[in-house]
Amino acid sequence: MDPRQPVKFYQTGTFTVGNRLLDTDERSVQANMERTNSLNSGHRACQGCGEALGARYALDAAMRATDNQLVAVNATGCLEVFSTPYPETSWQIPWLHSLFGNAAAVASGVAAALKVRGREHVRVIAQGGDGGTTDIGFGCLSGMFERNDDVLYICYDNEAYMNTGVQRSSATPLAARTATTPAVGPHPGAESGRGKNVPVIAMAHNIPYVATASVANLRDLEEKVARAILIRGARYVHIHVPCPLGWGSAPADTIRVARAAVESGLFPLYEAEHGEVTGRTPIRRRVPVDDYLKLQRRFAHLFSPKRDDARLGQIQAIADRNIVNYGLLDTEDARG
Amino acid sequence: MLRQIEGSRAVAEAIALARPEVICAYPITPQTHIVEGLSELVKAGELRGCEFINVESEFAALSVAIGASAAGARSYTATSSQGLLFMAEAVYNAAGLGLPIVMTIGNRAIGAPINIWNDHSDSMSMRDSGWIQLHAETNQEALDLHIQAFRLAETLSMPVMVCMDGFILTHAVERVDMPTQVEVDSYLIPFEPRQVLDPAEPVSMGAMVGPEAFMEVRYLAHHKQMQALELIPQLAEEFELRFGRKSGGLLRSYRCEDAETIVVALGSVNGTVQEVVDAMRAQGVRIGSVAITAFRPFPLDAVRAAIGHAKRVVVLEKSLAVGLGGILSDGVRKSLSGIQLKGYTVIAGLGGRNITRASLHKLFEAAGRDELEAVTFLDLNTSVVERELVRERLQRRSGPTAESVLRQLGTVASGIG
Amino acid sequence: MLQVRIHGRGGQGVVSGAEVLAVAAFLEGRHAQAFPSFGSERMGAPVMAFCRIDDRAIRLREPVMEPDALIIQDATLLHQVDLFQGLSRSGTVLVNSSRPLEDLGLSTLLERTPDVRLFALSATELAVRHVGRPVPNMPLLAAFAALTGVIGLDSVIAAIRDKFPARLAEPNVAAACEAFDIARKEASHA
Repeated sequence: MDPRQPVKFYQTGTFTVGNRLLDTDERSVQANMERTNSLNSGHRACQGCGEALGARYALDAAMRATDNQLVAVNATGCLEVFSTPYPETSWQIPWLHSLFGNAAAVASGVAAALKVRGREHVRVIAQGGDGGTTDIGFGCLSGMFERNDDVLYICYDNEAYMNTGVQRSSATPLAARTATTPAVGPHPGAESGRGKNVPVIAMAHNIPYVATASVANLRDLEEKVARAILIRGARYVHIHVPCPLGWGSAPADTIRVARAAVESGLFPLYEAEHGEVTGRTPIRRRVPVDDYLKLQRRFAHLFSPKRDDARLGQIQAIADRNIVNYGLLDTEDARG
Repeated sequence: MLRQIEGSRAVAEAIALARPEVICAYPITPQTHIVEGLSELVKAGELRGCEFINVESEFAALSVAIGASAAGARSYTATSSQGLLFMAEAVYNAAGLGLPIVMTIGNRAIGAPINIWNDHSDSMSMRDSGWIQLHAETNQEALDLHIQAFRLAETLSMPVMVCMDGFILTHAVERVDMPTQVEVDSYLIPFEPRQVLDPAEPVSMGAMVGPEAFMEVRYLAHHKQMQALELIPQLAEEFELRFGRKSGGLLRSYRCEDAETIVVALGSVNGTVQEVVDAMRAQGVRIGSVAITAFRPFPLDAVRAAIGHAKRVVVLEKSLAVGLGGILSDGVRKSLSGIQLKGYTVIAGLGGRNITRASLHKLFEAAGRDELEAVTFLDLNTSVVERELVRERLQRRSGPTAESVLRQLGTVASGIG
Repeated sequence: MLQVRIHGRGGQGVVSGAEVLAVAAFLEGRHAQAFPSFGSERMGAPVMAFCRIDDRAIRLREPVMEPDALIIQDATLLHQVDLFQGLSRSGTVLVNSSRPLEDLGLSTLLERTPDVRLFALSATELAVRHVGRPVPNMPLLAAFAALTGVIGLDSVIAAIRDKFPARLAEPNVAAACEAFDIARKEASHA
């Protein structure tokens, strides 16, 4: 239950992410005039790109936490492509693009080099989309976890291979339409009984830190990355980032969509250390999954020509289970 | 100091002397003894200032080396056969990025059919990747080439593969002269990268390059390899000055001055070839041989100068361009452009089939009489081949070829040759 | 150049035998090359290892096709595999067997090549007694040294100590010394 708050007539006291009228220590990193702009403007991302938003917040937070001592290794994917259209680059930090499936391994190599040269104060981030993380990069990711290499891996999850034209990945959710899970036939969209929960798999490796985050809650995202980047050993942060193009949502809706995913329970926000959940960000105002799904044309076939109650029920059940498993509601009330 | 040790051990110790900073390893026969030796040296504290990482695949191995090299560390890995193919994407990536990684290839055949023995199909599969490829004739040369390789790679900013025949060299115990740390330090300066990931001077590495610039970037890579044609002999000369022996270089000629027949080969088989050359010279035959050390860049001018005066050239190679014939032969033929002489390709030793003095002697005599086909498969069991072809003609469901051939040959374990 | 071929089964130290022989030759300032037959070695399967010794660098890379000497570590191979293929007409054959030579059924070999020198040594028994394991390779090497004079016992001992840790080396050295004495006596009678 929210405690009663006085009516505010001005926005001076709110924690809106861009608010510069707060004290400096309460401002988000992005609201700070001194932010590094690690991913600078001029990149070629789509209007409303959730990944660009997430990456900007994550990297600037990491830069501030490490006093600008950071190296980033990027897998092939949207982020890599739209940030480095030759001969330009929008990266203001040392940045290496390797291959699609090896960001984790390459980052391990960078970390090893820094260690052996006595420069362990420089921290390493490996980053990639869901394709490069949950599928083709999975072997290298697991290897990096298993060795507890000193790398923070950030996955920007937009739930499909967007850069190549919206093909299904093992992060694609139930019933979502992609180019390789078209909305046709008796079971339109992505099939049930599939998919990989990489944050849970990361926890199973007993690494020092695992967290999920969303562009719906950018302060939470900044805090988690700032915490993660300073821990030693293998760390994993999984960020939910809507893709207006691939999801068929309005570019202006990116944050709204992301928030609906969080508030419905479909994308739980939590932290874990050495395999145990240590914290969760509770849902403030629960919504039914419909509110999330209706914003995206990739789920349009669940509502038209007629409501697919069975499938919608399955999706709602996933949300319900998350809410219970992660304790996402303060109260016992399980229905919004 | 003279030592009697296994080839792999010699290479491991040479690598250690080169002061590597990051070594990543994934096991595959027959290179495993090298990385095992290195892991021991690191774990025992004998090789300091070095991170040794056990990775989960060959793809990861080269990827780790890429990251480490990009961050300014001298990096090394080793592989063979299937492992090299598994890291193929990274092989091209390392060359394209211009990272001076040194990698040992314990040459081994590529399957199917799966085969753990020596031939050159693995390194040949990556010949156009942009890596420099050097072939060692002996274990002494193998250890020497690794030392030269780091210097070569770092000077050019280009990765280098040192190829040594799996089992034949890696598992042979023979005499080597192991240099001292002081000697190696005087030859190998600390790594000064051309490009490095450094927060003090951020750069973006690995950008996408479109049609407007890709050709130029690739031309520059080609040009750089051509520079190696000058640098390789220079480094070999300097090596001879400091270490007191000839090792490396583009190629080595043996008794070719007045030779009418010249045999060209890569790697350890040159030892056997030289024995046969001596025996035939004693019989008055004018025959010589050339051991090519640098396969990439291919030393066209040097090869032409070495063999252009002969009447005939026999290229003896442990590689096969399926559907075409020889691979080494192509390079040799190209070097002879405009020169009229008879050229014979002999495919030999595939999958570890022993190349014997006796077979070579017969072969070279036949070459001398110009009685060889354009392409010969040395010691091919033609009756087995014929039987299999007949079988396949008669039955659609003829079953797996390899298993059928093995069945024809009976037990394998008790044969000697 | 002297060429030696060692036959045995996987697990009997055939490869180590060839290596120690090479190291012994090296310690005497000679060139030596040792390598195994690279089969899919499993415990109990027939294996071979080769050793060449010369006073100049050894360039040859083929298996030993024409051995000057054979060391047969497992007598059960005698009639299963053609171990004598390529053996030099005046070659030396040393067989690990507790049975007397006459019982080994090698009369045809001796008829064909009467100049071949044939010796038997109960090396396994020596190994078990000194080392506690049925690995006959080091006693056989020492016997080989005594029979052919190709390498000295001191070199064999030094090579054993170079290759094995002390707790394994010393018992092997003891076995080797006893084998050397036995073989030397036999050689002077032959």
